[in-house]
Amino acid sequence: MSLLGKLTWQAIPFNEPLPLISGAAVLVVIIAVVAWVVIRGYLPYLWREWITSVDHKRIGIMYCILAGVMLLRGFIDAIMMRAQQAAAYNAPGFLPPSHFDQVFSAHGTIMIFFVAMPFVIGLMNVIVPLQLGVRDVAFPTLNSVSFWLTAAGALLVNLSLVVGEFDRTGWLPYPPLSELTYSPGVGVDYYCWSLQISGIGTLMTGINFVTTILKLRAPGMHYSRMPMFCWTALASNLLIVAAFPILTACLAMLLLDRYVGFHFFTDTGGGNSMMFMNLIWAWGHPEVYILVLPAFGIYSEVVSTFSSKPLFGYRSMIYATMAICIISFMVWLHHFFTMGAGADVNAIFGIASMIIAVPTGVKIFNWLFTMYGGYVRFTSPMLWTIGFMVTFAIGGMTGVLLAVPPADFQLHNSVFLVAHFHNVIIGAVLFGVFAGYTYWFPKAFGIVLDERLGKWAFWLWLIGFWVAWGPGYVVGLEGMTRRLQHYDVAEWHPWLVLAEWGVFIILLGIIAQIAQIVVSIRTRERRRDVTGDPWDGRNLEWVTSSPPPSFNFAVLPDVTDQEPYWDMKARAREIGQLTRPEPQYEPIHMPRNSPTGFVTAFFAVVTGFALIWHIWWLVLLGLAGAYATFVVFAWRDHDEILIPAEEVARLDRANRAARSAALHHRQLRRESQPESRE
Amino acid sequence: MELAGCGRAQLQPAGPISAAERTILLNSVVIMLAIVIPTIVLTVGVAWWYRSSNTRARRQPDFVYSGRVELLVWSIPTLVIIFLGGIAWISSHDLDPAQPLPSKAPAVDIQVVSLDWKWLFIYPKLGIASVNRLVVPAGVPLHLMVTSASVWNVFWVPQLGSMLYCMNGMAGNLYLQADHPGVYRGESAMISGDGFADMHFDTDAMPQGRFDAWVASTRGAGPTLDSQAYRALLRQSIEAPHTYRSVRPGLFADIVMQRLPPGDGPRGGVPGVTPVGLK
Repeated sequence: MSLLGKLTWQAIPFNEPLPLISGAAVLVVIIAVVAWVVIRGYLPYLWREWITSVDHKRIGIMYCILAGVMLLRGFIDAIMMRAQQAAAYNAPGFLPPSHFDQVFSAHGTIMIFFVAMPFVIGLMNVIVPLQLGVRDVAFPTLNSVSFWLTAAGALLVNLSLVVGEFDRTGWLPYPPLSELTYSPGVGVDYYCWSLQISGIGTLMTGINFVTTILKLRAPGMHYSRMPMFCWTALASNLLIVAAFPILTACLAMLLLDRYVGFHFFTDTGGGNSMMFMNLIWAWGHPEVYILVLPAFGIYSEVVSTFSSKPLFGYRSMIYATMAICIISFMVWLHHFFTMGAGADVNAIFGIASMIIAVPTGVKIFNWLFTMYGGYVRFTSPMLWTIGFMVTFAIGGMTGVLLAVPPADFQLHNSVFLVAHFHNVIIGAVLFGVFAGYTYWFPKAFGIVLDERLGKWAFWLWLIGFWVAWGPGYVVGLEGMTRRLQHYDVAEWHPWLVLAEWGVFIILLGIIAQIAQIVVSIRTRERRRDVTGDPWDGRNLEWVTSSPPPSFNFAVLPDVTDQEPYWDMKARAREIGQLTRPEPQYEPIHMPRNSPTGFVTAFFAVVTGFALIWHIWWLVLLGLAGAYATFVVFAWRDHDEILIPAEEVARLDRANRAARSAALHHRQLRRESQPESRE
Repeated sequence: MELAGCGRAQLQPAGPISAAERTILLNSVVIMLAIVIPTIVLTVGVAWWYRSSNTRARRQPDFVYSGRVELLVWSIPTLVIIFLGGIAWISSHDLDPAQPLPSKAPAVDIQVVSLDWKWLFIYPKLGIASVNRLVVPAGVPLHLMVTSASVWNVFWVPQLGSMLYCMNGMAGNLYLQADHPGVYRGESAMISGDGFADMHFDTDAMPQGRFDAWVASTRGAGPTLDSQAYRALLRQSIEAPHTYRSVRPGLFADIVMQRLPPGDGPRGGVPGVTPVGLK
């Protein structure tokens, strides 16, 4: 056996210019960024303040950056697929099947695991501790490990672009196609090990957030006073804790098949490939709700803030959330009604799936009644929310349609199905994280994003989505199955060309979003959020300054009802001054930064890469390194730093002064224009 | 006779199953639209009416709970789902793919084997087989037994109805019928590797007389499908339609019972084929 296992020069696709050129371009960009960072002397700052940070806000921001970068990568795949299908009517197009199959597999894998997941987890990281009124998550260093393991998985997936190949079997590698017999390359191994590594990170996030929400809340914050985003985050993380081990076990079994000749899912030797499908969807369906529940939470926050009303039917919303959380575990079989399970099984799972539409419908109506009688402000987060409600009503409807077994017999695995899940993942999850990103950007960075470009982005995304996926519903009803590299049906062709235009409209939306960041940073001085409450918010994240100090709150807030900050603010407006006198400041203990996460992830990448290429000595080295990192961390002497009372006082006084000034300003303005209401 | 591949699919049914499924599909959509359209209109309408600049809107900033509204918002979706659930229960049983069709004529047995990357249709009672072209008599129930000789595929003729997974080591039962003569596009609805896009076939439904003539002419010419020919067929390839004048008895059972091993995947570990339509 060679020293480098299966790795040879043949792993580099010299004969395929597309991945090589794009890989080289990415490499140049990475080298340029690293060189810029080093030359400008930012490296120590980055290392100290970000890479080793265990601050939930910093980690959350890094999650969102990872998601944004991966969104671009996944979107390039989307452009390639749409271009291929627009061109491949009675023609080979520009992507051979071996490459096209990798593109759609990578697109799905990246968009779900490295865009949607980190974006949702990133927003939870930034906001949940703030809304709970606490200083950090339960296990801050573990949080950093979670993030870096997720980044490690993303790195491995992207490495497959230039070293070897990626999975060609779709974003869920169904055996027997994914078994060694039919997929002898390293593609499936890249997929499995990337997800095993990032899956450990996700599971630890789940444990961390369930613990944080259940055990660490500001004094007086009962469950019935928790903001809706925290409730949905709790539901989502409970699902992570329950579902991700299934994914890990399922992929471990596939890996045992591939590496040591087990027969869990093989055709021969007593294996059962159907079991893989059951297991992967026992994780996969809850995964849908892991993503969408926090998005529902974001919409709840946004609707309430921008209607200047508390959320309508708060308790109803909690019941709906937890109902979805539980039922989502009982519906996995609707992903394969067409396997021939029999009428009773199909009907029961079909009805169970439909039942989820009840609490989901309740949520839609409650958002509607939150707007009813309020003062609706059409900011860009609110536009994303209304766009979602309209888009999701259709996506939910096609979902319930697919839950009717005999309808599914004619729609399963068609482009109609693909249009449905893009309808809900773009229309609910992605719109939701965009709403949350715009809404909480000022909190994270102290700058309000440019609204004009934000609205452009919304309209381009909304229109682009419908132009791209409306045709998907049509060709699905014309019998087009998913993942076709070429086709000979004339009727599909114009629709697929139209869909390509839709993708270009979405591209303009993404460009608007990038421009929004650039413009907002360049004009940051006049966009500063000095008070920490730019939207007239209602929950505790708006109590503190923007960006919040590392310790979040100088004094932990006292919670007396469901909207503590709103009441505090209302009273302050009444009396024209801050309600609380300046508190007695005390020094605050905060967890010390740690490189554990980064170093562990480094060894995880080494181990993963070595496992993919069968470089066994390197596997041992990587595992030993990861273990040594853990030991060093476990034996550390100093795990906390002390923030002196003077520092706490200085930061808090500045924020109090800004808020007092704003109150005063508001008072003056009201006196001059008593009729108007802001 | 109609041309193949002219975009006709689920919504232009050519048999009782697809017709019933289209009815279920359209009914379900209409029932749901009855609640979805008002919801969309209300969402946009309420948001616009209560815009902060509208001086005519009546504000109720304390309207945050109402038992009546709660009852309404829980019961509307519940009622719709009870109705749809009933439809799902009844139609799942009525349209169970494994349920024989009521008909005076006996069903024609056809054994369907998905291979890398072509379809093999064996007519056990007639002793013949066809690759990538499914020839059937119109107006007669078809009893399809579906399996795979390698990876998963999904057998689907949209104009005839229900699709069904093809899996190695098991045989699924599917009853379909073409009411009228015609050519109906068939395909695989599950990625099965590099040749997947070419795994489509024509289903040629013809009057009984012409079908009998086709059987006779098939019997009269072409190779036989013995173990050796089957092994050749098992290799990864994309093929034009052709027929076998006779089939080794018990071939299908041997595939299903795995007495014949499944396909052995890409040769030399390097897959890659040129689609036949593009040569």
